[in-house]
Amino acid sequence: MVKLALRSAAIAVTAAAVSISLAACGSSGPASSAGNADSATMWGLTGGNQPVLQKSIDAWNKAHPDETIKLDFFANDAYKTKVRTAVGAGQGPTFIYGWGGGVLKSYVDAGQVADLSDFVASNPDVKNRYLPSVLKNGVIDGKTYALPNNNVQPVVLYFNKDVFDKIGAQAPKTWDELMALVPKFKAAGIAPFSLGGQSKWPDLMWLEYLVERIGGPEVFANIAANKPGAWSDPAVKEALTKIQELVDAGGFVNGFSSIAADSNADQALLYTGKAAMILQGGWIYQSMKKDAAGFVKGGKLGFTTFPTVSGGKGDPADVVGNPSNFWSISSKATDSQKKAALDYVKSGMFTDADTQALIDSGAVPVITGIESKLAASPDKDFLSYVYGMAKNAPTFTLSWDQALSPAQGDAMLANLDQIFLKKISPDQFVSSMNATIGK
Amino acid sequence: MSTSTGSSRRVLEKGPSGWLAAPALVFFLIFAIIPLFGVLFLSFTKWDGLGEIKLDGLSSWTTVLTDPVTGNALWVTAKIMFFSFIVQAPISLLLGVFTSASQKYRAALAVLYFVPLLLSSAAVAIAFKALLDPNFGLGPGLGLPFLAQDWLGNSDLVLFVVVFVIAWQFVPFHTLIYQGGVRQIPASLYEAAQIDGAGRVQQFFAITLPQLKYTIITSSTLMVVGSLAYFDLVFVLTGGGPGYSTRLLPLHMYLTGFKANDMGAASALGVILVVIGLALALLLQRLGGKNRNASQLEGA
Repeated sequence: MVKLALRSAAIAVTAAAVSISLAACGSSGPASSAGNADSATMWGLTGGNQPVLQKSIDAWNKAHPDETIKLDFFANDAYKTKVRTAVGAGQGPTFIYGWGGGVLKSYVDAGQVADLSDFVASNPDVKNRYLPSVLKNGVIDGKTYALPNNNVQPVVLYFNKDVFDKIGAQAPKTWDELMALVPKFKAAGIAPFSLGGQSKWPDLMWLEYLVERIGGPEVFANIAANKPGAWSDPAVKEALTKIQELVDAGGFVNGFSSIAADSNADQALLYTGKAAMILQGGWIYQSMKKDAAGFVKGGKLGFTTFPTVSGGKGDPADVVGNPSNFWSISSKATDSQKKAALDYVKSGMFTDADTQALIDSGAVPVITGIESKLAASPDKDFLSYVYGMAKNAPTFTLSWDQALSPAQGDAMLANLDQIFLKKISPDQFVSSMNATIGK
Repeated sequence: MSTSTGSSRRVLEKGPSGWLAAPALVFFLIFAIIPLFGVLFLSFTKWDGLGEIKLDGLSSWTTVLTDPVTGNALWVTAKIMFFSFIVQAPISLLLGVFTSASQKYRAALAVLYFVPLLLSSAAVAIAFKALLDPNFGLGPGLGLPFLAQDWLGNSDLVLFVVVFVIAWQFVPFHTLIYQGGVRQIPASLYEAAQIDGAGRVQQFFAITLPQLKYTIITSSTLMVVGSLAYFDLVFVLTGGGPGYSTRLLPLHMYLTGFKANDMGAASALGVILVVIGLALALLLQRLGGKNRNASQLEGA
């Protein structure tokens, strides 16, 4: 019996063991044919951009047999925990996939990622190929630690044109118009907004845009800079109040807290006409293009920017979302791994074939001078729209859960979930978030 | 001749050589005892999983013990433990008794009941998550509106959904334990009872239940202590939400350690979990009575 208890105790401390075993996995994983002992390693994410990255690396390995890169893929959530444990144990990949922001900063603080400033300075072509508003998300304290590697992903308000036609409405331009649409859609038996509330992070998009529109980009800049009491800005409270008003009005689909965004059930509500609108990242266009080809090709999918709020200080052209994903190079990699990695970044990324593959998948690459390519795409309406949005945005605020430290991000998502459930008041949210400043 | 019997008897008295336990002990030491002390040490440090491990005194402990989320996690764990036990124990006892009889159809049903045992927790959780989806799940699929509830999004309902899914997965295991226990009861006891004129219900309460005393203790210990380790299923099914409604202690430990990257606080939570697990196991052990070797079969 005591042994049994100890065994359960062992389960309880598996966390410690996990970190050991994960670290051990760091160098294994599915074997790739093009690997030798000292080839650079790269961990990518499964999903929309997986085939694009695979193709890019295959082409690179074929052309550079002496500088091969070994590529493995992981699911998003699993990757985030695994890579951190592996890097902490000195078993991380050469290429570290990231989002910039607070997580990148923690890698920089721990001295785990290489300073790429000299590389960027001596290779102006690399620097010049990127959209400047995106590139700066890989810069910390004036030094470049991460370079964008895929597509720009602003948060967009998508709508179903069919159901808007049905009730004879236009996409909302202001918050008041948005609130006025809610009873109209409800009367027609259509949920005004779909929301993947179970995944928590889709909730955050509402707070991000509302705070941006009401208070401008400075509000979150102060929060990210860990200024004491930064959450007490009246814009935060007003945004939270507006969210709860929308919940009260029945703005979100019934049972939104049961809907998971990772199974794409939230977008399915939009294209099946059960919901009229959804606030989601630019990446769902890629998956809707696959899952609801007829809907997207038939021009039923509408998209617009988040409405303005009357009296708000924010510029209507400001954008929130993920500027891009990034490659950082591990500072613990061997010299030959680093050389291969930098050579790939210099001449293997964003080749014409890569760029075209990204565009074909329904994504907007983060590089300049692709207007004509976008215009030639069957998805030109959406792609040109997103490209313009990213290029012309005075401020492109990184998703808050990525911008903040992991501890703050975790607390923020849990508290915001409670706001949507009306379990806590905006004041309670503000005070519990102020307590996380500096953590 | 006489010397050899003497020595073999001595071996029997001492039991088999202690060295037989060595491989198991080595594994136990490496994977249980050493990490246990590692976690105890980490609980007095500050570490984000990447940089240096810095000694930090009691600050992780004060954070953990003053954080209302910890208290809530303990309360949720206690509720899940209680309801899991209340639901699983009677069902698996009755199913175990039912499937232990020798009729063919009972054997066939037994095989069906054991199917969930073959599935991994993650698979069970993903399947139920899809079935319980209010828009594309079982309810709308079958056209049964009462099944299309906000199962995983309603903070008051979600706990019972979790208890149900846990029961669905673990009842077969405990049924198997009870089935084995019942089959061990000598048939002569029932024959004697029948001669004395006892009915089926009377036989169940007078013979089956008392005879299963140690089976019940074993099964209950596994249920209660095991509910401290329900992590994978809840993590995949609800992620601890909505809000903190299903954030169990082990899940809270994981999220603190691997999402919020606060290994010090997560280790402190791990230590709390170990202490509670040990205390519960010892308590249940005591309930079994002092004299563990007393035979239940006296007079059989």
